[in-house]
Amino acid sequence: MSVLSPSRDGRRPTAVPSARTAPSGRARRAGPRVGRPGAWWALPALAFFAAFAILPMGLVVYLSFTEWGGLGDPRFIGTDNWTRLVGDPAMHRAVVLTLVLSVSSWAVQTPIALLLGVWAAGRQRNRAILSAVFFVPLLLSSAAVAIIWRALLDPNFGPLAQIGPLIGMPGLDLLSDGAAAFGVIVFVTAWQFIPLHMLLYQGGARQIPASLYQAAEIDGAGRLRAFWHITLPQLRNTITTSSVLMVVGSLTYFDTVLILTGGGPGTDTTIVPYLMYRVGFESYQYGYASAIAFTLVVVATAVSLVMVRLTGFGAMRSTREGM
Amino acid sequence: MTTTSAAPAAPARTAPRRRRSLRDRPNPLAGLGALAWLLVVGVPLYALLVATFQQTEEYRTAGPLTVPADPTLDNYVGAFGSGLITFVWNTMLVTAGVVAIVVVLSVMAGYAIVRSRTWLTNGFFRVFLLGLAIPSQAVIIPVYLIIVQLDFYDSLLAVVLPTAAFALPVCVLILTGSMRDISDELYEAMALDGAGAGRTFLRLVVPLSRSGISTIAVYAALQAWNGFLFPLILTQSAGTRVITLGLYEFQGQYRVDIPGLLTAVVLATVPLFLVYLVARRSLISGLMGVGGK
Repeated sequence: MSVLSPSRDGRRPTAVPSARTAPSGRARRAGPRVGRPGAWWALPALAFFAAFAILPMGLVVYLSFTEWGGLGDPRFIGTDNWTRLVGDPAMHRAVVLTLVLSVSSWAVQTPIALLLGVWAAGRQRNRAILSAVFFVPLLLSSAAVAIIWRALLDPNFGPLAQIGPLIGMPGLDLLSDGAAAFGVIVFVTAWQFIPLHMLLYQGGARQIPASLYQAAEIDGAGRLRAFWHITLPQLRNTITTSSVLMVVGSLTYFDTVLILTGGGPGTDTTIVPYLMYRVGFESYQYGYASAIAFTLVVVATAVSLVMVRLTGFGAMRSTREGM
Repeated sequence: MTTTSAAPAAPARTAPRRRRSLRDRPNPLAGLGALAWLLVVGVPLYALLVATFQQTEEYRTAGPLTVPADPTLDNYVGAFGSGLITFVWNTMLVTAGVVAIVVVLSVMAGYAIVRSRTWLTNGFFRVFLLGLAIPSQAVIIPVYLIIVQLDFYDSLLAVVLPTAAFALPVCVLILTGSMRDISDELYEAMALDGAGAGRTFLRLVVPLSRSGISTIAVYAALQAWNGFLFPLILTQSAGTRVITLGLYEFQGQYRVDIPGLLTAVVLATVPLFLVYLVARRSLISGLMGVGGK
């Protein structure tokens, strides 16, 4: 068994490593399996992931059938939490808000990120400079972004307080109105995450062979037609990857909601993960919170599967077909 | 803030010039769109920076959208007295731990998934695929329980372990993608030389998946640096506080001192910004790699 030492990596990937026929002390089986790693190579990663993600999933299911306040042992109460969940208007509202947030985030972020990414894929100098600026929000954590926007949108002091009177709305307070606060969450998360997806599209667009565009040009296709018939189909896989990341990510915009709106005004921005946090870590009803958490997993998995089905991610076709 | 004009204002439908391909011709409409986005990104960032050089009083009266009349460094001097250094240091430790764990484990797992011929590894791969859909928020209650049982509560390790675990699925997927690109001939050459799995791994797989490895290192580092939920639930005292949590605490304390709060935000971003300035290319190509091929 070789010991892993990260410092011992080769200096240059040579095409064919030099022959060394000194036996390394282990009898080797001949045949096609020579030099192939055993499954145990993947075990550490799997065990580690299982300990903190898969085992907890099982525990969430178990806890959802118990009543537990954090002290002593969980008390088994059968399906009480689940009956409560099915009839809980707060939960219904949270699920609807979560889905609406996912869909609107996707609808806002995808077109902007795609257009910016394709634009940034051009090699002009000005595009490179602007892309470097566009990238900056990505360096800020969700917590930092939420804090910045909360300061910017303060109704009494700061930019919004300055701009408000100019547009005839002094004392404008976006975070005190439900629909506006929801819109702010969509906008702020888009502001934060569009750079990442823009990068994905930029990378995808750079991999489109130039010969396709040259062919289109010879055929007399204009910019729009080239975009529609070459760029978009060639970006199919990137769109899928970006969309799945985006939608699953939007189910968990927890940090932003906690810091920016605290789920309010009222419960107008209380999405499922935030509701779970309130029930679990503020009301100490870990059993009911686990039922809510499991619902979040079901929603996340369902959404991922639907996205994958819609986009054919499972059978990822090559964009190089017929070339 | 200098902006280069996006393009000479020419109608888009001019006859195509010979030498420049369709992709590299200026596109005034797109340039305008990009400038609009520059405003959306730039104005808040400008306001953020200006606010950090303003006295609280000036911020309240003039606001951060102006040019500060009397720029001051008081906010920056004041920020260092608030434990910010400790928080940044804790975050660096957490980030280093997460990157180390994630890189070692996912490189090994990726290698096995791509090269092993046992049916087991296919199952492992599916587990990681499904794992993509498990949001960390959903398992935070049991993770909290497990961390308390392990007696790691309120330590940096409590943050490192789950953060690393939840970065694994994406990283394994990225790596299997980049390792599949290593051609079979190279593996055969290694096998003919009589190299075992270990030597093939060190001499061939690691050097040739370098771009994939830098991608996952960048991804894992960003996850760790920006993580909020795990530290929020799994740590408590100021000694183990990471920077995201520190900022959240500041927001509660600095109710009236917005410039002070925003200065802390700026200072919290400085380390990452320096990395960005120094290693912009690898950071960007690393993040592009998250999208796969």
